[in-house]
Amino acid sequence: MNILTTLWLALRALWRNKVRSMLTMLGIIIGIGAVIAMVAAGQGAQESVKQVFAGLGTNVLMVSNGSAPNFGPSGGAGSKLSLTWDDLAALSTEVSSIKYVAPALQTRTQLASEDNNWNSQVIGTTGTWFKIRNWKAAQGVVLDEDTGSSAAKVVVIGKTVATQLFGQASPIGQNVRINGQPFEVVGVLESKGQGPMGDYDDTLIIPVKTYQQKLEKGLAKYIKGQFLITMADGATAEKTMAAVTSLLRDRHKLGISDEDDFRIRNPAEFAKAQQDSTDRISTLLALVAAASLFVGGIGVMNIMLVSVIERTREIGIRMAVGAKPGNIMTQFLVESLVLSALGGLLGLGLGALFAKWMASYFGWPLFFPVKTAAIAVGVAGGVGVVFGLYPAIRASQLDPITALRYES
Amino acid sequence: MSVDATPPLLELRAVERTYVMGDNIVRALRGVDLIINKGESVALMGTSGSGKSTLMNILGCLDQPTKGTYLINGRPANGLSRSELADVRGKMIGFVFQSFNLLSRTSALENVEMPLMYQGVSTRERRKRAMAALQRVGLTGREDHHPSQLSGGQQQRVAIARALITNAPVIMADEPTGNLDSKTSHDVMGILQGLVAEGKTVVLVTHEADIAAYAARVVTLRDGQIIDDHTQVPVPTEAA
Repeated sequence: MNILTTLWLALRALWRNKVRSMLTMLGIIIGIGAVIAMVAAGQGAQESVKQVFAGLGTNVLMVSNGSAPNFGPSGGAGSKLSLTWDDLAALSTEVSSIKYVAPALQTRTQLASEDNNWNSQVIGTTGTWFKIRNWKAAQGVVLDEDTGSSAAKVVVIGKTVATQLFGQASPIGQNVRINGQPFEVVGVLESKGQGPMGDYDDTLIIPVKTYQQKLEKGLAKYIKGQFLITMADGATAEKTMAAVTSLLRDRHKLGISDEDDFRIRNPAEFAKAQQDSTDRISTLLALVAAASLFVGGIGVMNIMLVSVIERTREIGIRMAVGAKPGNIMTQFLVESLVLSALGGLLGLGLGALFAKWMASYFGWPLFFPVKTAAIAVGVAGGVGVVFGLYPAIRASQLDPITALRYES
Repeated sequence: MSVDATPPLLELRAVERTYVMGDNIVRALRGVDLIINKGESVALMGTSGSGKSTLMNILGCLDQPTKGTYLINGRPANGLSRSELADVRGKMIGFVFQSFNLLSRTSALENVEMPLMYQGVSTRERRKRAMAALQRVGLTGREDHHPSQLSGGQQQRVAIARALITNAPVIMADEPTGNLDSKTSHDVMGILQGLVAEGKTVVLVTHEADIAAYAARVVTLRDGQIIDDHTQVPVPTEAA
């Protein structure tokens, strides 16, 4: 018997029991749909974590004031100032595995343009900072080595700030009042979107010297902020962190039993930790989805067993007119295969729709896992074969005489 | 018997069939010898439990003898696998049952076509032969009717068309008129007699003497053995 005829027979048999076939497929539909949606969600979440941390720059370390998290009451990170301008200079000259280092002083403050008010984060830094963050201007220019180390009243603004203060108009050459002081906008940054601490684009950058004079009101020895470091190519985070630690401990004259009075953080590690946790969650969800697929498979087996019993007489008739046990087995196997594969395809569509909805709801990049989709449909077909096998074997082993006499 | 003599179409030699049912051993056939030649019409008669149905199941390759030999065209049919038996059934034997045994919710045409599906015959060829078979039993115009839309006599004619479509030389009819009234029975027997006239071999299982009267030979069983085997002049029908 050829494949097309077998398929046709299977489709007709399933069509005869439309409602039952649909309900049976539902198990597979939900199972496959869940697998697709969960894998797509997992990949979307992963990708969004990756993007978020990519915005911080690659190969970046952050050094900030204060003690490492400690037992007992503590003032919290950054509460005790220990980093100095001399530390910054020493880091850039004495640690070979550091490519770039820049200070970043920051505070939230009130802003005003001619027409609008806004509240945002102001960062005082040098031109190097833009290299570390790998951040370029969409309009105008960013701070370079000269403007960054000057005391000029210039500002580079993020996209969000630009929109809030100037709307659609070009901000270049316009004035922004920061804490009441007028600054000239020289550049608007490219958009970076959401970061781990909120909107990357809701920020303004001014030269660090200007920051000290106009916002801190004074040139302190200590840095109220952090250092951003880009490691040299090929330098490992561990080695660089060790070098920075030993240099700073030395400069701060800490004894062997003293704790560090600064903190070094590696954003790549956060990213990895975050990714690991989303990974674990999505693996877990995929397992749950796989379990529902398994349950769907049992549903298929159940219905196929019922179908074999109901159609005992049909099986007897077919055998009497020359159907071999193999023909009967194939017939039922193809039926459950078609049932599951159709369910798999429908589930695929459903999962894709759900993944799309989740992506837009959570603001993830949309991922349609093509590989997983192919595997899932294959798995659905496999479920059909595996769970259809037992009913099909039972059908093929019926005795024709008994089957012909069967009264339903 | 000379070597080049044509062997009989169906030949049973000392066939026994025993069933084990719980603790009981049922001896349905106890040593049956029977030769049926091409073109014969044979009625197997006997009361229920005489073994006539078991005999027909063995002749029809639905069942196998426990002991003894069954030869079809001189080739042994006992000891074949289930698959090989199915093959023999498909090629050699057409069945007509008391309860018609048509597939419900399936058109007459498709019911008739079905045996050819298992012989790998193309769709177009199947269709052509099924139409011809339905015409042969006088059901032209009813191709698309489902069994529930046909009378008992019409359903049995569809079953006969199904038995004919493979060009099998043997028709096994198990109480073919058991569910039909006497007029329809007469018609159905007429069709079967017509098949004999065309050279088919018809084996008929019945317990009714007036149905057996349509056959040229009557074999009577009791308690699993043949107690009588005689030829007769069959009752003529108008259709024959």
